[in-house]
Amino acid sequence: MLKLDNVCYSVNENGKQKDILKNINLEIGDNETVVITGHNGSGKSTLMKIIMGIIPVSSGKIYFDGVNITNMTITNRAKLGISYAFQTPVRFKGLTVKDLLTSANNSNLKVMDVCNYLSKVGLCARDYIDRELDDSLSGGELKRIEIATTLARNAKLNMFDEPEAGIDLWSFEGLISAFNENKQKNGGANLIISHQEKILNIADKIVVMDNSKISMYGKKDEILPNLNSKRYCSRLQGDYYE
Amino acid sequence: MNKIEKDLLLAVSDLHQIPAGAYNIRQNGKGIDKKNTANIEIVSKKDKSGIDIIIKPNTINESVHIPVIITESGIKDVVYNDFYIGDNSDILIVAGCGIHNPDKNSSEHNGIHTFHIGKNAKVKYVEKHLGVGQSGEKILNPITEVYLDNGSYMLMETTQLGGVSYSQRKTIAEVSDNAKLVIKEKILTSENQQANTNFDVLLTGQNSSCEVTSRSVAKGQSIQEFISKVTGNNLCFGHVECDAIIMDNSKIISTPEIVANCVDANLVHEAAIGKIAGEQIIKLMSLGLTEKEAEDMIIQGFLK
Ligand SMILES: Nc1ncnc2c1ncn2[C@@H]1O[C@H](COP(=O)(O)OP(=O)(O)O)[C@@H](O)[C@H]1O
Ligand SMILES: [Mg+2]
Repeated sequence: MLKLDNVCYSVNENGKQKDILKNINLEIGDNETVVITGHNGSGKSTLMKIIMGIIPVSSGKIYFDGVNITNMTITNRAKLGISYAFQTPVRFKGLTVKDLLTSANNSNLKVMDVCNYLSKVGLCARDYIDRELDDSLSGGELKRIEIATTLARNAKLNMFDEPEAGIDLWSFEGLISAFNENKQKNGGANLIISHQEKILNIADKIVVMDNSKISMYGKKDEILPNLNSKRYCSRLQGDYYE
Repeated sequence: MNKIEKDLLLAVSDLHQIPAGAYNIRQNGKGIDKKNTANIEIVSKKDKSGIDIIIKPNTINESVHIPVIITESGIKDVVYNDFYIGDNSDILIVAGCGIHNPDKNSSEHNGIHTFHIGKNAKVKYVEKHLGVGQSGEKILNPITEVYLDNGSYMLMETTQLGGVSYSQRKTIAEVSDNAKLVIKEKILTSENQQANTNFDVLLTGQNSSCEVTSRSVAKGQSIQEFISKVTGNNLCFGHVECDAIIMDNSKIISTPEIVANCVDANLVHEAAIGKIAGEQIIKLMSLGLTEKEAEDMIIQGFLK
């Protein structure tokens, strides 16, 4: 479904080139859940922004269902079937939860459908459907709405950047089943950035990023034991408990 | 009425049909239809153009619609409307002016409204302004004076969402003991339009209060100027908030002034001008909207 071919991203900082992503090669197949993990600052969010088209590659190519989308706009990538829940959701004065979910779904969602998406992220729909997406929502509430919005797109590839932030354990099961539901759908796939054990556990494949590069990439069963080894655990702790 | 006239009337006063309560409809400088009710009397002024709207005390849940439409080019209409709202009433007043300028001469409406709001009365006042049609300027200069007697309340919602070439709005209010004034203003300007707003609220009464909220969007080469002054002469509370989105080559000037003449006056002013946040556009584009659609949705929500 998605293929990254030697993707690099660098910026110019005080006249010097700073590499943020180096030679990223990655393939996500249909009906797969791939979880990216790694330290803060290793380039995980940047990678998702590159896939969505929010920032351009410096070199390399991106293919979606065989189509070269490297130079495609955000809008067109979205229309092709890429959906992305931001790490830090955006606030809007005046727009409501229903407004956002409706435009995400690109159809006139019935109240019941909106409720359905909200309940997947553990929100009581009745209380939220007409709420404005402004400062009156807490970070955690906004984060859940962001995930619900991404689910509402019914896209082929769903990307979630640290979805566990702001989700209490009680809602976790619902979230996990929503992710699983996605990939069981016709050719759906998930790309999730997470440090959460429960999410790592639903991965088919795990990508470990370290210092702008992919340091490990493989089936869950191959990668997970390495992550649990002392070396990685201690290095990931900072992310776990922040 | 023809289709253009009906559409204008609908746009400025939400009237799909003849309203249930009292009304006065004015077109091209003349009153064309009016109706009184048992509690609400509309009297044409003798000395100048305009009406007195007299609402008996204790009139509850009634409405007055006084829309104005202009469908000719080159009209300059000035009208004086005085409202006398009896004690303990609870009333909805819908005013507003729509100009459909069919030619290149300018058409102008200057509505001078004065409200005398009786003790413990409640008023919701809705005013919409709209300009459509050909190149001729559409000018609207509303002046509103409000006198709130003890314990009364007024909510004033003014909306100018496009097509008005020039507007100069002046609102003066005096708020007595335990009375409260709430003003919500929404303005959208584009092209070479210019919109000026000037609020001057005097909080004279003990425990008087006012809340002014202005949200505006300026596009194209348009210019908006917002001046607000709240003066507190007593134990009172005043809050002014202006929030503006600036786009293209427009210009926005926001001048706050709060004056406390009493140690118990509590006055707050918040003002912000900024462009649409890039991340808002990006979020909506990632939902499949084009950049233009994203922008429109953000503005529409902001002014909703
Ligand atoms: N435009 C930029 N200019 C300079 N540094 C950047 C820019 N964008 C990202 N970075 C840096 O790149 C690194 C990777 O960031 P990010 O992808 O957000 O990391 P992660 O999501 O893995 O925590 C960070 O050190 C960040 O500060
Ligand atoms: Mg990140």
